[in-house]
Amino acid sequence: METAETPFNFFTVGNLTRIGNISAMTLSELLAGLEQCSDASIFHHTFQTLSSHHFLTEGFSNDFAQWVLADANRDALAEQLAALDIRDYSSLAALRADLCQLVRDFCKLHPEFADQSALEPFYFCESIEVALPLGLTARSLDEFRVGVTHLSHSSFYFHFISSRLRLHLRTNDFSHWLADGLGLITLAENVNRIDIYTNTLDSARNKLLRLMDRERRKHDGSADREPHPAG
Amino acid sequence: MTEVQTANRIPLDDYAAVIGAGEIEELRALARPLQGRRVEMVNSTAVGGGVAEMLNRLVPLAEDLGLLFRWDVITGGEDFFQVTKSFHNALHGAPYHPQPRDFDIFREYQQRNLHRLPLDVEFVIIHDPQPVGLIEDRTNGKNHWVWRCHIDLSHPNPTVWNFLHSYVSRYDGAIFSSPEFARQLPIPQYLFYPAIDPLSEKNRDLPPEFIANVLSRYQIDPLRPILTQISRFDRLKDPLGVIRAYRIVKRYFDCQLVLAGGSASDDPEGAQVLKEVHRAAEGDPDIKVLELPAWAPLEVNALQRASSIVIQKSLREGFGLTVSEALWKKKPVVASAVGGIPTQIIHKHTGLLAHSVEGTAYQIRFLLSHPEIAARLGERGHEHVKENFLITQNLKRYLTLFLSLGGAV
Repeated sequence: METAETPFNFFTVGNLTRIGNISAMTLSELLAGLEQCSDASIFHHTFQTLSSHHFLTEGFSNDFAQWVLADANRDALAEQLAALDIRDYSSLAALRADLCQLVRDFCKLHPEFADQSALEPFYFCESIEVALPLGLTARSLDEFRVGVTHLSHSSFYFHFISSRLRLHLRTNDFSHWLADGLGLITLAENVNRIDIYTNTLDSARNKLLRLMDRERRKHDGSADREPHPAG
Repeated sequence: MTEVQTANRIPLDDYAAVIGAGEIEELRALARPLQGRRVEMVNSTAVGGGVAEMLNRLVPLAEDLGLLFRWDVITGGEDFFQVTKSFHNALHGAPYHPQPRDFDIFREYQQRNLHRLPLDVEFVIIHDPQPVGLIEDRTNGKNHWVWRCHIDLSHPNPTVWNFLHSYVSRYDGAIFSSPEFARQLPIPQYLFYPAIDPLSEKNRDLPPEFIANVLSRYQIDPLRPILTQISRFDRLKDPLGVIRAYRIVKRYFDCQLVLAGGSASDDPEGAQVLKEVHRAAEGDPDIKVLELPAWAPLEVNALQRASSIVIQKSLREGFGLTVSEALWKKKPVVASAVGGIPTQIIHKHTGLLAHSVEGTAYQIRFLLSHPEIAARLGERGHEHVKENFLITQNLKRYLTLFLSLGGAV
């Protein structure tokens, strides 16, 4: 099998939540908050929250959607907000614009709900991410597999999901390296297709490992015809 | 000496069985740049109370990672602790008219403690209001001071808060348990959830025989559904509301109710509430009102594990860690949407929230009718605690805070 010239460097990551000074009690205030808050806040309530709630695979997508559903009691808007897929975004500005647009359109269409008080306020927070090299590198698919197996949830998420914002691409660290480092384009694409909304981080990781095993068997000349593990 | 020596040290590697070896390796990687760096934690008591319990667990784990931790306790006379107790209640919103002398007493003991404590380490973490004035000793820019507030400041007495604010605003940051508890401050405010220790006596796995013995001791039938609320006998925990909810459920299910809490002998109001609870439970042998000894973690653990459903029907709550304790044991929980409970109970995902006696009864009936949903909520609740409310996560947050403040990245 191929060996990459540039190794994959595994990182560990710690996240700190900073409480902001903005809160919202109505949809109008939520919209104002979405317009004013920092990028770190948009990141926290979308990318970061998906990581800390990864085990919920039915209907939990981001904090905004959850608050609109549980506290503002507006199911239709909650569904729309929940349907935003963070993998479609490589910039927080674009994600913020879409979040704002959905809330703005809803308030315009249903002005009677715009200033209705929610059960509990929404508090805007921010994520502070501290990433450090784990001291683990990979040059081959075998070494890469070992590294992926050992990663914590937050570090797996850091490489697999939030990396999109660093790369400014619709891909992730793993796929990026598999394609660029090892030239395994198809494997990279299949890895990028693993659905993190319907998988927990553990099941996403297992799918990634199975895809790698399939690739290894292919190179060993023993590729089987098992169903595709992505999705 | 005011330095506390921690007891019951559990090696960090023992947690690998719970959170995975990868998480432990990553804690070690995060701690690497912090090795040999000094941290001082200061609070007001070495035993009793959630803060001391948490520090007893956290300090040895941080030391295991190579940080040089020191835990100090401030000293004070009865007059000081009377003032700080009044401050504490006033910060929770209780009526209080402080006298100028109260503030003098507070300042005086801060000065006395300043001479006793080193406070010269790189990271100084001050817990709660009692030692907040130690910031007076800060040498400009030489070290990092963070105030960890464990109490609910959402409706503080303005006079007391204004007094404390003058100290708090001089810190580099403040940590709160919920965004709701935070205040407008000119310094960064961080969110650290309280945490449970999965290896402590209150949370570790128990042999089935032990659980059976506890049930037998309290004459609880293991074959019929058991509804349990573990809490002090306090009006804010609404034990009478729990009994009313149970009576509604009882019309549909042959269940039992366990209300278990610490002894109320040294708390006049608690004793009164307990009396009312006994009166409400009179004549129903299926309601067990248990006054547990002050420290009975294994009994609490066994009662939670034996429960079909755990209830936390508080009218007001700080964070309500008993909810995380129950979720960790994969128990379906029905709880009020107050304080920190909705952070732990994500409605219909990790448990069910209710807003009234009738709502609580309905959610209990629903779960008793749908055991498969109850089991799923319990499983997800366990994952939620594992991801967010374990002591190892708390440790990780501290490491990240130190890295963030100390610029070691």
